[in-house]
Amino acid sequence: MKKEKNATILWQLFKSMFVLSSCTFGGGFVIVSLMKKKFVDELQWLEEHEMLDITAITQSSPGPLPVNASVIIGYRIAGILGSFIAVIGTILPPMIIISLISLCYEQFRTNEYIAIMLEVTRAGVAAVIVDVTLNLATNVLKLNNTFYTLLMILCFIAVVLCKVSAMLIIIVCLFIGIAIETISCLKERA
Amino acid sequence: MIWTLFLSFIQVGLFSVGGGYAAIPLIQDQIVNIHRLMTIEQFSDLITIAEMTPGPISINSSTFVGMQLSGIPGVVLCTIGCIIPSFIICLTLAHIYYKYRDFRAIQTVLSAMRPAVVSLIGSAGISILLIAIFKNGNIAISNIRYIECIIFIVALFLLRKYKTNPILIILGSGVIGTFLYLLI
Repeated sequence: MKKEKNATILWQLFKSMFVLSSCTFGGGFVIVSLMKKKFVDELQWLEEHEMLDITAITQSSPGPLPVNASVIIGYRIAGILGSFIAVIGTILPPMIIISLISLCYEQFRTNEYIAIMLEVTRAGVAAVIVDVTLNLATNVLKLNNTFYTLLMILCFIAVVLCKVSAMLIIIVCLFIGIAIETISCLKERA
Repeated sequence: MIWTLFLSFIQVGLFSVGGGYAAIPLIQDQIVNIHRLMTIEQFSDLITIAEMTPGPISINSSTFVGMQLSGIPGVVLCTIGCIIPSFIICLTLAHIYYKYRDFRAIQTVLSAMRPAVVSLIGSAGISILLIAIFKNGNIAISNIRYIECIIFIVALFLLRKYKTNPILIILGSGVIGTFLYLLI
């Protein structure tokens, strides 16, 4: 367990959060994809399933998703101090950027180069999320569990085609999980 | 005044469940309708800017409102108000999760939620992809933006084949894409 609160780890945590947060255009799941790449694949501080659990928890808690995720990841790496460091790393980039822009937002909003750059950046962001999704989905398929595979496909259809909210999906799956556990408990007792 | 701001951002932080765009009506209610800290025009500008810049929309709005009303101290106070609820709730949940996650019952429940999370991440990817590739997000052949298509395909290829750093991909696609647009 990497619980040692040494300065190198805290600095690494802060730096990672700061960089990821600076590049998170387009909502919470972008930063979750980037965090998965950084903390699971690159630094190997977290397990993949742990990252998914953290995402489920952050999605069902109030508040901005990137902040929630930072609190939990920071706590896991270095306790409460880690949470503080991670959150500061996450909120500083938007605070700095918006503070600067709020001074001259009319010019920023109407600048055509900035508009073009933001539009093309979305293509890159989409590629990153699709890449992360493909890796995660492959791992769910590798479990060779028909039920989980079906659940994944059904949730995907529900969100993409039926526009069901993410929150509702998480809650429904929470109850499905509780139901499965209750049934297996009852079977054991019988 | 600044105290009112602080309290209203605590409410934004506390009640914006579901994140992202789900939080917009709530922020609007607190800032525009109840406390009149901003006009509706300013608020819609803020949404535009928030979409263009990194970071969660509630942090963006707390920073923007704080800055407009009382400079840097305002920014810090509003943002702290906005994240206090997250901080307390997530810290508690994290503690519970790491204490009990090895229990079999908790494992079963979490296993049922993981495929759903994968789908949610995937659907976020799809919606960003559609906005990127089609003009105004309208799905039609005539609306396809070819530069974005090429960037997406090349970026995905680099990520899958060479495991290129995603930050590099995001920044690179912005720079190269803008360059391509200006060239054509």
